[in-house]
Amino acid sequence: MKRLSMSGNYAVAYAVKMADVDVVSAYPITPQTTIVERISDFVANGDLDADYVNVESEHSAMSACIGAAMTGARVFTATSSQGLAYMHELLLMASGLRTPIVMANVNRALSAPLNIWNDHGDAMAERDSGWIQLWASSAQEAFDTTIKAFKIAEDVRLPVMVNFDGFIVSHTYEPVMLIDEGDVKNYIPSKPMANRLSPKTAYSVGVVGPPEYYYEMKYQAIDAIERSRQRIREIDADFNKRFDKYYTDVDTFNLEGAEYALITMGAMTGSARVVAGELRKLGEKVGIISIRTYRPFPSDKLIEAVAGLKGLGIMDRATTPGGPSNPLFADVAACLYGEKERPVLQSFVAGIGGRDITAENFRSMLRATKEAAVSGRAAPCMYVGLRE
Amino acid sequence: MKCARTVLKGWKDIPEGVTITEPGSSVQFDVSAWRTHKPVVDKAKCTKCGMCWLFCPESAIEIKEDGKYDANLTFCKGCGICDKVCAVKAITMVKEGKN
Repeated sequence: MKRLSMSGNYAVAYAVKMADVDVVSAYPITPQTTIVERISDFVANGDLDADYVNVESEHSAMSACIGAAMTGARVFTATSSQGLAYMHELLLMASGLRTPIVMANVNRALSAPLNIWNDHGDAMAERDSGWIQLWASSAQEAFDTTIKAFKIAEDVRLPVMVNFDGFIVSHTYEPVMLIDEGDVKNYIPSKPMANRLSPKTAYSVGVVGPPEYYYEMKYQAIDAIERSRQRIREIDADFNKRFDKYYTDVDTFNLEGAEYALITMGAMTGSARVVAGELRKLGEKVGIISIRTYRPFPSDKLIEAVAGLKGLGIMDRATTPGGPSNPLFADVAACLYGEKERPVLQSFVAGIGGRDITAENFRSMLRATKEAAVSGRAAPCMYVGLRE
Repeated sequence: MKCARTVLKGWKDIPEGVTITEPGSSVQFDVSAWRTHKPVVDKAKCTKCGMCWLFCPESAIEIKEDGKYDANLTFCKGCGICDKVCAVKAITMVKEGKN
C-alpha cells in the first residue's frame, strides 16, 4: 500500500490504470474531466496499455464502450450531468446487452440553469436504466469502489456506475491509500469474457425483441440486477477481507440505542456523522444511515437497519418535480411500506446545485426528524436552506 | 420452407444479452398473425416473371413446382407489395378471416 495525496478524480484514474483496462472512450465534461485527462496521460506515456478512443460526444463514448465490451475488452468511461443525460438511450442498451462497462459519474446538477456544481439529479434520472449504482463519499472510497466495480461488473455481467460528488470529492485532495498494483491484478485478473464477439463465435447482438420476446428479454436484465444484490455483498465481504476495508451496501453510524436517524448518500454522509456524533454526546439518540449501493436497492438490509427507530429523515440531493416525493424518499417509503412497525418518515431536499449543506442544516433536519418521531406525524418535504 | 407452430421460449431459455446464437433462426418465427390481408395468386394469370419474388421484403414468396409463384403464409406480413408490382394483376390482397 502506498499513501498519496490526490483528488477523487485522480484516485479513480489510478484505479483504472491498475485495473489494466483495454479500452477507454470518453468526452470531457466538468467536473469529470481530470479523470480522463489523467488516463490519457497514462496511455500517452506508456503507463497503461489501452486504446483511448477520442469521440465527439458522450453518446458516441458510450456506444464505443458497448462495442468494445462485447469483444471481451475491459472498458471504462467517465462523465457527469449533461454528459450522462446525453448517454441516456445507450445506458439502457448497455444493461440490456449485459456489457460489463464501468463508468465513473461525477455527480453534477442538470441544466437549466447551467450549473457545474454538485447534486445527485444526474444519477437519479438514470436510476431505471438497469445499471448498478454505487456511491462513494471520499477519494479513498472512489478509488476502492472503482476497483471493486470491475469485479462486480464482470461477475454479474451488468454495467456499473460509480457515483461520487462533483468537486466535494472529485477535486478535493485527500490522503489515499493505493492498493498495490500486483494485488489489484490478482484481484481482477484480465480474462476473456464469456459470451464475447469474435470471428470464431459469430452471433447477432442487439436484435429486435417483438412483443412475443421483449418482455422475456427485459426480465433477464431485471433478474440479473436482482441476483447481483447478493453477489455484491459477497464481493464486498471478500474485498473487505483482502484489503482491510469496511464496505457494506447499507452503512450505519451510531444506530445502537438510536430513536431517530437520517438517511444520506455520498459525501454528505461525513458531515452528517460529525453532527450526529456531537448531538449524541449531548444525549440525543440519533444515528446516520447511508446507502452505498443504490441500485440494486438494499431493501432487506435497510429494513433491518431501521428496526426500532421512531423517526427517519430522508435526505434527497435531487428532486422529482410534480412527483409524490423525491427519489430516495420514494424508494425508502416503498421499501418500508409492508412493515408493520415502521418509523415516521420525514422528507428533506438539500444541497441542490452545489449549495453547501452546513452543520446547522443537519441540526435542523435532525430536529425536524425528532419532532416527527415525537408527534407521530411528518411535515411536508422540507427544502432545507431555500430562501423565500 | 416450413415453420412448425412457433414455440415461444421462456426467459430462462433465451440466450443472455439480447443475442441470437443460431443463424437463420427467423424461420422458426411465425408472423402470420401480423397480417390483415393475404396475397392470393391467380395461377391462370401468372406469367412466371418473378417480380413478386424479387420485391418481397420478407422473402416470403416461393417458386412452386410448376414454376409459378405463391406466398408462404407463415412468413408473409401482408404488406401487399407483391400485389402492387405484379404486371398482370395476378395477385389480389384478400382480407383475413373472410373465407
